[in-house]
Amino acid sequence: MDDASHRPAGVADTWTVAGRTFTSRLIIGTGKYKDYATNAAAAEAAGAEIVTVAIRRVNLSDPSQPMLVDHVKPDRFTFLPNTAGCFTGEDAVRTLRLAREAGGWNLVKLEVLSNTKHLLPDMEETLRALKLLIADGFEVMVYCNDDPVYARKLEEAGAAAIMPLGAPIGSGRGIQNLLNLGLIIEQAKVPVLVDAGVGTASDAAVAMELGCDAVLMNTAIAEARDPILMASAMRHAVIAGREAFLAGRMPKRMYADPSSPLAGLI
Amino acid sequence: MNLTINGEARTLAPLPHLAALVSELGLDPRKVAVERNLEIVPRSAYDRTPVADGDRIEIVHFIGGG
Repeated sequence: MDDASHRPAGVADTWTVAGRTFTSRLIIGTGKYKDYATNAAAAEAAGAEIVTVAIRRVNLSDPSQPMLVDHVKPDRFTFLPNTAGCFTGEDAVRTLRLAREAGGWNLVKLEVLSNTKHLLPDMEETLRALKLLIADGFEVMVYCNDDPVYARKLEEAGAAAIMPLGAPIGSGRGIQNLLNLGLIIEQAKVPVLVDAGVGTASDAAVAMELGCDAVLMNTAIAEARDPILMASAMRHAVIAGREAFLAGRMPKRMYADPSSPLAGLI
Repeated sequence: MNLTINGEARTLAPLPHLAALVSELGLDPRKVAVERNLEIVPRSAYDRTPVADGDRIEIVHFIGGG
């Protein structure tokens, strides 16, 4: 990647989930865009290699309506089918089995929600669904609460990645619990992605500076006044946050420390 | 033949198999997944899977989502 030109030659900064290696650390959703063409342009501007997708009934009254796969193409992006809208483990398993048949993907995003007001995950049901999916041969990236205890349980059950929320889905409130997120990152041996809550570029940078492996977002780009420009901003923010994490930040001090020497003053 | 497709009651002339139903509905079989009576039907089996009166069919595809 051109932005990583100061890294030693031949050392790519990649991350790997379920045996698949990616360079881009920005995963984007494909919901809420005004049309699929804007969505595809935003995905390109974001430099995304993975996009999340949902499974729904086809519209029988108008089978000729635009289809996602005609714009955001599965040969260009890794599709990560989700279980958005599922409230039970059985719903999630049924949805992802259909996704596997529709596209052949084993790598999936599990989210089991509790209610439609705050869309926070039902962690007990999420853990149960995870076990069902793993038994069925799926590799599962799990949307979860920013709870280090449940994150550990998910990892022990075989999650391919842990994806804690920064804030509720679509809220754009940024990372609400830096401490918990830091604990989750510290203990995890699988990739950790902030999924949900990012509102603007600085939120994505904060997540990456904490040491997340990647960030997943949808609304922050789709609902920006200019989604394609925001996708580009997010791309840079994720790279900036990642490089800041790798570079290692300076210590915080209580008082000032002059940048110009005090010795030799006239 | 009465079917329930994606929750809607439909009356269709008899069809030899699921492939014919997908085609009758104007859908591209490469872009959908099909459940017949809660059982997923592999795409490779559409042309040998019968469609019977009373079947409950679900046909889904990928749409945008987060």
